[in-house]
Amino acid sequence: MARSTKSTIQAVPLRHPFRWAAAFYFVLIGVAFIVDALHRSAYDWKAFYKYVFDERVFKAAGVTLSLTAISMFIAIIWGVALAVMRRSPNPVFRQVSWFFIWVFRGTPVYVQLVFWGLLSTIYHSFFIGIPDIHFGHFYLGVHFPISQTASLYWLAIIGLSLNEAAYMAEIVRAGLLSVDKGQEEAATSLGMSWWTTMRFIVIPQAMRIIIPPTGNEIISMLKTTSLVTAVPLITDLYARTRNISDEIYNPIPLLMVACAWYLFFTTVLMFVQYFVEKRFARGHSVLRVSHE
Amino acid sequence: MSESLMVNAVDIHKSFGTNEVLKGITLEVKRGEVMCLVGPSGSGKSTFLRCINHLERINSGRLMVDNQLIGYRESNGKLHELKPSEAAAQRIGIGMVFQKFNLFPHLTAIDNVISGMIRVQKIDRATAIAEGTELLRRVGLADKLEHYPAHLSGGQQQRVAIARSLAMKPKLMLFDEPTSALDPELVGEVLDAMKQLAQSGMTMIVVTHEMGFAREVADSLVFMDGGVVLESGDPEEVLRSPKHERTRAFLSKVL
Repeated sequence: MARSTKSTIQAVPLRHPFRWAAAFYFVLIGVAFIVDALHRSAYDWKAFYKYVFDERVFKAAGVTLSLTAISMFIAIIWGVALAVMRRSPNPVFRQVSWFFIWVFRGTPVYVQLVFWGLLSTIYHSFFIGIPDIHFGHFYLGVHFPISQTASLYWLAIIGLSLNEAAYMAEIVRAGLLSVDKGQEEAATSLGMSWWTTMRFIVIPQAMRIIIPPTGNEIISMLKTTSLVTAVPLITDLYARTRNISDEIYNPIPLLMVACAWYLFFTTVLMFVQYFVEKRFARGHSVLRVSHE
Repeated sequence: MSESLMVNAVDIHKSFGTNEVLKGITLEVKRGEVMCLVGPSGSGKSTFLRCINHLERINSGRLMVDNQLIGYRESNGKLHELKPSEAAAQRIGIGMVFQKFNLFPHLTAIDNVISGMIRVQKIDRATAIAEGTELLRRVGLADKLEHYPAHLSGGQQQRVAIARSLAMKPKLMLFDEPTSALDPELVGEVLDAMKQLAQSGMTMIVVTHEMGFAREVADSLVFMDGGVVLESGDPEEVLRSPKHERTRAFLSKVL
């Protein structure tokens, strides 16, 4: 082993003066900003500490979380349905899916939320059955009144989830398109129906492509919930902190409270996303060990 | 007469848009016959194969497999399109092996083989695994049951694909250039599996450039070019003394 006697190279490492200069510059700016902020009365840190763990804020953060979770859950299911409809051999499904995505992706979510808030003004009730046919007071169908006090919480969820479904549909569609056409042909030639092929062959393979952007959508949804004030739902994190700041005539510390909570949630979600993506990449880029 | 025929194709035409790929193919494949389809790329061999499995819909002509019209039902002198479930049922009887294997990458070898049995024929898992294991053993992959396709060589993947098709107990097997995507040293193992299958009496149509296989295993050889059959007959004869100029030109390049 003559080679091992050779010593490893001992070279003078390259200097990086610009990196040091940049680090110094940004640290300086950062420290200056923090020192200044700690003494600036407008931030009112006392108020920040007083309200950041306030019970109302705590509950409002819960509302924001539940709005995010339920809306995303519905959006993912409806988004998968729209994407699958988009690829259906049935032309009616394809057109309906296209139209839905066109409308809900093409208008601002804030405007959509205002519309959902006005639902009871537009439609006073909805009716499932055959209209105009009745025996005395008995109709062939079921009548659902939409009361003026229809749950704003659920209207917000409907608004958020339908809008998000349009985006999820495009993400799922990209995932489905990433699966080689030969997969579908092989499944078809085995006698699998279109739906069986989708369910057991195409969708499982599309998941690897679908998961990462879905994580981004969840983080995005968390922040979009702050728009539910358009419905108007005022129990979420942003509306509640605005509401408190109106009471104490001091908006800035409460905005900081809201930001702190949003940042906390998105940070947790980013960690979760990191591990989920690592898990899904494992099956693909690194060879899987067989169970022999 | 038609009792002995597995495939009966009469004047098959197929176009993609304005591009006519099949310009009147008439072919007969007997039960137990092994037919090799050869010809330059773009001659329509693969398209014809895909028509037999109804992966492509023919524009005109009559295509029958095992005395059943493919893709249509005839009643009162009219053709009716088959329902998707009926078309799927027809495909169960026709196995297909692809150039690019098309194994399901998220499933192990054994799960690939039993996928059709479980999802289509609704056979219980234990029975399917027993049958699938036997099929993989027959193609020499008894030790690769739990391997994912990414862990198998091209030749091994193609043999899994053959086993997967055989799992549906087809009466006819279609091979679309099964060895074209393989490294040269892996071609033999796939051809061996096909040869074994031919000897078991399976009716096979094989699109291939492997003239050695055609000479040794096939009962008939069909030469296609430009969407028509130029000549056909005993493989030995066609290969030794091709009648058509274009057949001669093609064979001089691949032999």
